[in-house]
Amino acid sequence: MSGSRVLQAGTRIDSTRTVNFSFDGRDYTGHPGDTLASALLAHGVRRMARSFKYGRPRGIIGAGAEEPNALVQLGTGALTTPNVKATQAELYEGLSARSTSGWPSLDFDLKSVLGQGSRFMPAGFYSKTFKWPQKLWPLYETVIRKFAGFGDAPAEPDPEDYDHLHHHVDVLVVGGGACGLLAALQAGRAGLKTLLLDEQNELGGWLLSDPNAQIDGRSSEAYIRSVQAALAEMPHVTVLVRTTAFGMYEQNLVQAVELLQDHIAPGQRQAHLPRHRMHKIRAHQVVLATGAIERPLVFGNNDLPGVMTVSAGQTFLHRYGVRVGQRVVICGTSDLIHDCAESLAKAGAQVTVADVRHSAVARNGSYTVMAGHCIAEATGGGEVKGVKLVPLHPTRDETTGAGSFLACDVVLSSGGLSPTVHLFCHDGSRPQWDESLAAFVAPHTGRKGVACAGSVTGAFELADALAQTTQAMQQVLAACGKTDTLPVPSCPQPRRLQPRPMFRLPDGKAEGAGAKAFVDYQNDVSAADIELAVRENYHSIEHVKRYTALGFGTDQGKLSNVNGFVITARALKRPVSEVGTTTYRPAYTPVSLGALAGTMSGELFDPNRYGAIHASHVARGAALEPVGQWQRPWYFAKPGEDLHAAVARECLAARNGVAVMDASTLGKIQIDGPDAREFLNRIYANAWTQLAVGKCRYGLMLDENGMVMDDGVTACIEQNQFYMTTTTGGAARVLNWLERWHQTEWPELKVWMTSVTDHWSTIALVGPKSRAVLAKLCADIDLSPDSFKFMDWRAGTVHGLPVRVFRISFSGELSYELNVESGYGRALWEAVMAAGAEFDITPYGTETMHVLRAEKGFIIVGQDTDGSMSPMDLDMAWAVGLKKPFSFLGKRSLSRSDTAREGRKQLVGLLPEDPASVLVEGAQIMESATVGAQNQMLGHVTSSYHSAFLGRSIAMAVVAGGLQRKEQTLYVHAHGKVTPAKVGSSVFVDLKGDRQNV
Amino acid sequence: MFLLHCPHCGETRDEEEFSNAGEAYIPRPLQPEAVDDATWGDYVFMRRNTKGWFWEQWQHTAACRKVFAVKRNTATYEIAGTWTLAEGKALFLADMAKEQTK
Repeated sequence: MSGSRVLQAGTRIDSTRTVNFSFDGRDYTGHPGDTLASALLAHGVRRMARSFKYGRPRGIIGAGAEEPNALVQLGTGALTTPNVKATQAELYEGLSARSTSGWPSLDFDLKSVLGQGSRFMPAGFYSKTFKWPQKLWPLYETVIRKFAGFGDAPAEPDPEDYDHLHHHVDVLVVGGGACGLLAALQAGRAGLKTLLLDEQNELGGWLLSDPNAQIDGRSSEAYIRSVQAALAEMPHVTVLVRTTAFGMYEQNLVQAVELLQDHIAPGQRQAHLPRHRMHKIRAHQVVLATGAIERPLVFGNNDLPGVMTVSAGQTFLHRYGVRVGQRVVICGTSDLIHDCAESLAKAGAQVTVADVRHSAVARNGSYTVMAGHCIAEATGGGEVKGVKLVPLHPTRDETTGAGSFLACDVVLSSGGLSPTVHLFCHDGSRPQWDESLAAFVAPHTGRKGVACAGSVTGAFELADALAQTTQAMQQVLAACGKTDTLPVPSCPQPRRLQPRPMFRLPDGKAEGAGAKAFVDYQNDVSAADIELAVRENYHSIEHVKRYTALGFGTDQGKLSNVNGFVITARALKRPVSEVGTTTYRPAYTPVSLGALAGTMSGELFDPNRYGAIHASHVARGAALEPVGQWQRPWYFAKPGEDLHAAVARECLAARNGVAVMDASTLGKIQIDGPDAREFLNRIYANAWTQLAVGKCRYGLMLDENGMVMDDGVTACIEQNQFYMTTTTGGAARVLNWLERWHQTEWPELKVWMTSVTDHWSTIALVGPKSRAVLAKLCADIDLSPDSFKFMDWRAGTVHGLPVRVFRISFSGELSYELNVESGYGRALWEAVMAAGAEFDITPYGTETMHVLRAEKGFIIVGQDTDGSMSPMDLDMAWAVGLKKPFSFLGKRSLSRSDTAREGRKQLVGLLPEDPASVLVEGAQIMESATVGAQNQMLGHVTSSYHSAFLGRSIAMAVVAGGLQRKEQTLYVHAHGKVTPAKVGSSVFVDLKGDRQNV
Repeated sequence: MFLLHCPHCGETRDEEEFSNAGEAYIPRPLQPEAVDDATWGDYVFMRRNTKGWFWEQWQHTAACRKVFAVKRNTATYEIAGTWTLAEGKALFLADMAKEQTK
């Protein structure tokens, strides 16, 4: 038996109430206020995991976010969460957790048998061994993954809610320990809008583990309570607990995640509250009072369950009333170990302190001190049973004798404190190594807009920390325009014996010859592995990290990194300050995806845009397709029809009778101004000077490299007003493009652009009978073909509404596009459907639209083009006005040697030899039917459909030198199938274009 | 995510409201037909890609839709300032002159 619950004054648990929970199938009890770790330790449960590579038994080392071993799977079903640190899991009634490593079980891990051969599995082992044969990689991955442990992701959708909250404050204080509390109080008293965050379930930080601290004559608990009360009275101060600031970004943006309900039993959670909330905080001044985390010492078998940090020993005792062992050995480098020894001895433990400093003495008779000694190795199978203590040289890290064995049931070690500098360094900077403190510290002067307060700057003594905090806050207040002078709280300055910094304790043997000494527990990285990395010539600390996996885990090296950096420096025989640290990156601790998504999931993941006529389409049973963010009707299936049957019927109706489509989503830009015409001449490939009022023209838009980037019909509404249409997906991009060219290159042009996409509904009335339908609804436009010609537009009254009618066609049939103010869209659509009923009018969607235009060889930008097709490549030289006086966008590039060369990919039509065979879009085209080493890929299929009108398949493709290959048979390869197809015109229906002119 | 002060709106807003519009003050050859392929290619494709202080254009797409000039350090993301295109041009030209004399 090791750990046990003891009567301890001032703990944070409620020992009068009991909480039931289970771990690995066994039932236990704990108290409200316990973590899973403290409750298990109270029952003497120590083995929590099996290590990643060697399968060695592992136990709890720390008491908080720094814990590397005790990862558990919390909860079951949809709410299950993997890799929760037992030291952070707050206990609730009915909590159920299981270990996540060890196969087949925690007690007997098959991997540990392999671990006996650990000599053959040093760092780099995986990447050097599992290379051959390549075809076994999937198997290797499955087996290694299973062995590695780590929990399971939930297999069901997350039923809980998450949200985001934005804050704009004068001062953000990160960390609610002694210094953070002081900083928040000072900011609040100066009248500054302040936000204080702490990752723990209550404020106090280290004070919660150090009840004997004295601040302004108050004990820890009294001080915390008084500051908390003072802060609560200030309406401009907000305090959030269970809130971890996980990242700091440009200009003082800090993101933090608040765990609102993880500490509450699932059945008791409040449905109207989110589970996690992400706080996005923009602060004028950030104060980092993030404290420091204690480093363990590195020695042989330091990974045995029962070997922990000194601060963990203190925390479990003072916060949770759990004495981690009865026969305690403490080894360390500073007076912190004597604070701990006194506390544990008072709690009834038998304590021996191995102080590495020769002049150390016990404070009183309650515990024993072996001065000038350290641990060479811990011993025990499955958990720690004793230690071998060796005498140290007074100045060198060497042993001076054989040493002695001491039985114990728990070992606590302390190598000193490592400031929690992460947030300060998220901007890419590195902390400075302070040789006298043996620590990487954040600067006590902070940087512009960011103050550092307390032990994060290396001010490890409470009195120093409070004084330094006050000085830093003076600057913070000044930056906020406040001149109040701040008093420094009084705090006793105990006399301290100088620490003796040590990291890897000597065992009298060469590194690697003795028991394995672990640096990074989560990734099984030993001190010998680090020396191996250096021997293999990895000299940058970033390379050492990647080669050994030091600091990779979910703990991100909180206990291991600094030890690793120092051991690397010693192996390299370079100063620690030169070796430095690896890069600090968000997130400080893991953040759920739900918190990041907030409410932007499911239906709210991306905005869905619906046209004004949408409800009519839904009522008619249209299947919908997303085009950009728009939901467009895809096809309108009648009962019993699938996609193909519906599309065939819709296409035939459009060519033989009358059909109607909602084209409202196409981009529409109104272009006004005396220089509008000149502007169009500059941004379009074609000529606009002669386009009269009442006329439309198809416009081709090129980028500066001469490649087609968008297209659409543009109409002349008035002399100084044009109505431009773009592709649905290109609307926003084209508007940006136009504005940028105008503002940066031609600001002297008097032209204005307005997005009017949402202002107009567009109904395309298509087919030989379309005129007849329109005539029933419109009396004031002369619809006769001689009067209202193809590519004209007219204003008139349709169904009593003011409408612009554009006689343009994307199908190649007689076609009228009705543009009405979008609010009337639905009414007009229904009127068109009613008027067309006697002609069997057929609504159609995007699929049919694609087929109809492909039968006519009309391109769709983004489908038949990919940003590398010039107008000449598309056989559209007719659309390019080379004689225009202004060198329009893209013009010069058309004569670039690469754009003008022979053999470029060109748009052609393909007719498969087998008319029933529909080519696969994207299929590769070759001259050969067989695939060989010398085959050249000539191009690919861009659009491919079955044409009901022609009763056969058709396709458009881009093929190298395609326009010179008419009548040639080429071979289309896809999914292992080869289809011969003949190259020809991309116009399959009505080559002369008569049908749209009737 | 950084903050930008829009010189037209007179407001400081989150990066989310803006769209990057590339390197600033790239002059389009006034006589494209008079320059050779190499020169034209430089204009179309080559960019300074500076590590350090860089002049770029941003457009306030979620608000006034104006394009303005930003001097930003591409390595540290520090922003020296934002100006209208007209105001920024003089400063940009002064910076380029300094660079030539280095």
